[in-house]
Amino acid sequence: MTIADVERPNPTPAPRILESKPRFSDRVFRAIVGLGGFSSLIILGLIAGYLFFRGFSILRREGLSFITSYEWVSSINTDGTLGSDPSTYGVGAMLIGTLVTAAIALVIGVPVSVFAALYLTFFAPQRIKRALITVVDLMAAFPSILFGLWGLYVLMEPGMYVAELLNKYLGWIPLFAVPVPVFLRSPFIAGLVLAVMIIPIVTAISREIFSQTPLDRIQAAYALGATKWAMIKNVAFPYSYSGVVGGAMLGLGRAMGETVAVFTVLNILYQANFQILLGAGGNLASHIILKFGEASEDEIKALMASGFVLFLMTLAVNMIANFIVSKTGRRGR
Amino acid sequence: MSTNEKEDGSMNSTTTPASATSSSAARTSSLGDVATASAAARTRSEQPVGSGLEARNVHAWFGKYHAVTDMSLDFPTGTVTALIGPSGCGKSTFLRTLNRMHEFIPGAAMAGEVLLHGKDIYAPGTDVTKIRLKIGMVFQKPNPFPSMTIGENVLAGIKLAQLKISNKNDLMEECLERAGLWNEVKDRLNQPGGSLSGGQQQRLCIARSLAVRPEVLLMDEPCSALDPGSTLKIEETISELAKTMTIIIVTHNMQQAARVSDYTAFLLSDGGPGEIVEFAPTREIFTRPKDKRTENYVTGRFG
Repeated sequence: MTIADVERPNPTPAPRILESKPRFSDRVFRAIVGLGGFSSLIILGLIAGYLFFRGFSILRREGLSFITSYEWVSSINTDGTLGSDPSTYGVGAMLIGTLVTAAIALVIGVPVSVFAALYLTFFAPQRIKRALITVVDLMAAFPSILFGLWGLYVLMEPGMYVAELLNKYLGWIPLFAVPVPVFLRSPFIAGLVLAVMIIPIVTAISREIFSQTPLDRIQAAYALGATKWAMIKNVAFPYSYSGVVGGAMLGLGRAMGETVAVFTVLNILYQANFQILLGAGGNLASHIILKFGEASEDEIKALMASGFVLFLMTLAVNMIANFIVSKTGRRGR
Repeated sequence: MSTNEKEDGSMNSTTTPASATSSSAARTSSLGDVATASAAARTRSEQPVGSGLEARNVHAWFGKYHAVTDMSLDFPTGTVTALIGPSGCGKSTFLRTLNRMHEFIPGAAMAGEVLLHGKDIYAPGTDVTKIRLKIGMVFQKPNPFPSMTIGENVLAGIKLAQLKISNKNDLMEECLERAGLWNEVKDRLNQPGGSLSGGQQQRLCIARSLAVRPEVLLMDEPCSALDPGSTLKIEETISELAKTMTIIIVTHNMQQAARVSDYTAFLLSDGGPGEIVEFAPTREIFTRPKDKRTENYVTGRFG
């Protein structure tokens, strides 16, 4: 006799469906906040859809070479009609430039931001703290054109000096090699400006996260004879890791999408440039604004396709970052 | 009588029990029996063994708020001292001045001296981290580090204070053993500290404090978040530890004070800053309190 044959005297009942009838006002409120909740998704979807729709013909024509080719030639006659030579559109150089400048911004900006956040959370006296937080917030609201102009006229000279030093002593590393001595308007300097631009947001988020470190753990560490640094390393960092990475990702998003500041500072050239000190490069957003003004009908479509690629790249970077955080960041919470 | 005693309660607190009145002896509470029994069971000398930790005229402030006034206490080596009193009487604040945890609160200030082996721990040029290694602390809420395993938690102090030790596993076992937790966790030292029950977590925190070999252990209501069974285990641990170190425990639970401590200080704030009303061997506090306010408190008439 198997178990199934036994007739159980008191079978387990099926779980009941738990529901309650919400009031009408509650349902209205729910609809309103739901609309808000989905609005960002809807707007993002509309934009991405529009970019894809407008750029689709170029993407199909160019195929993979749209993102691998370094050539961007728009062939138009003086009267605005399409030229006889076929146009060719490739944003490979701009893709590389986007990643290179954003990476420079992160490498420089994130450590500065984390140090700033640590100082504000664990070291600064109350009055200095309040003043500095205001300044950081103000900096976050600063228009990017001002950063760009400042970068062009003020940061360029010292930036060039640092670049020359790097090249002189670390020039044997391919990254810092410069085949022709053009140090002006390089990805390095654009990266510096971007670093300055992402510092406020990354600082603000990191500070918020650090300040949430549970007090009882901080006290436990101190009561065990921890120095401030030991406490930060063993208690604050494990707790804050995922949040700080999240903040850095927001900074990365801003650095990758930055248009005006890069457009102002960088010498936009359509060539693959990994030599960050050399004055040539560009990023996708600055490339769009550079070409947009005098673009033909055909080229506009290509720019839309560029925008779609930028969108996909930002999405991919964020997803990768989320993946990293979810794999490593939860243990310390 | 009461006005005089209010003053010498803190100044000259370890006077002989001879001055105790017969009327308060007649009101012997059942807590007194517990205190007598536990002290006898442990056969610990009532005489101070030596001056381990000493608080002299300690005051504490939070900003402008005067929380603790003029508290002087001597904590002899190898004894358990309980600090009892109603909420807001400054017992936790006083406790936190004893290993310089008080100053973490913004605006916190103190006056007076805290002497460890005769040296002021507030003296200029003192390395605070070294002070906290010698005077450990267990908190009200169990707070193991969630990013560390059980074993790592025990050795957290070694890592945090950057100490060098020869055999980590021996130390880990010894500390867990002394905290009465070894048998329960020896097979799962690699599991996260948060996987333990509340009472086990608190004993893990005690083991963690022991790993840096403190001479004094401060306990800030260590059982107030625990169930009676866990509380009993912690109390057994305290009695065991007191053989080799000085323990100062803040507690709201008078039975606990009676069970575990050799000396008891009754603290009170009558609107102003908290002060020591009476300090005496625990048995006397619970059987022959000299101050009317102490008697009212230990017999449960207020607080």
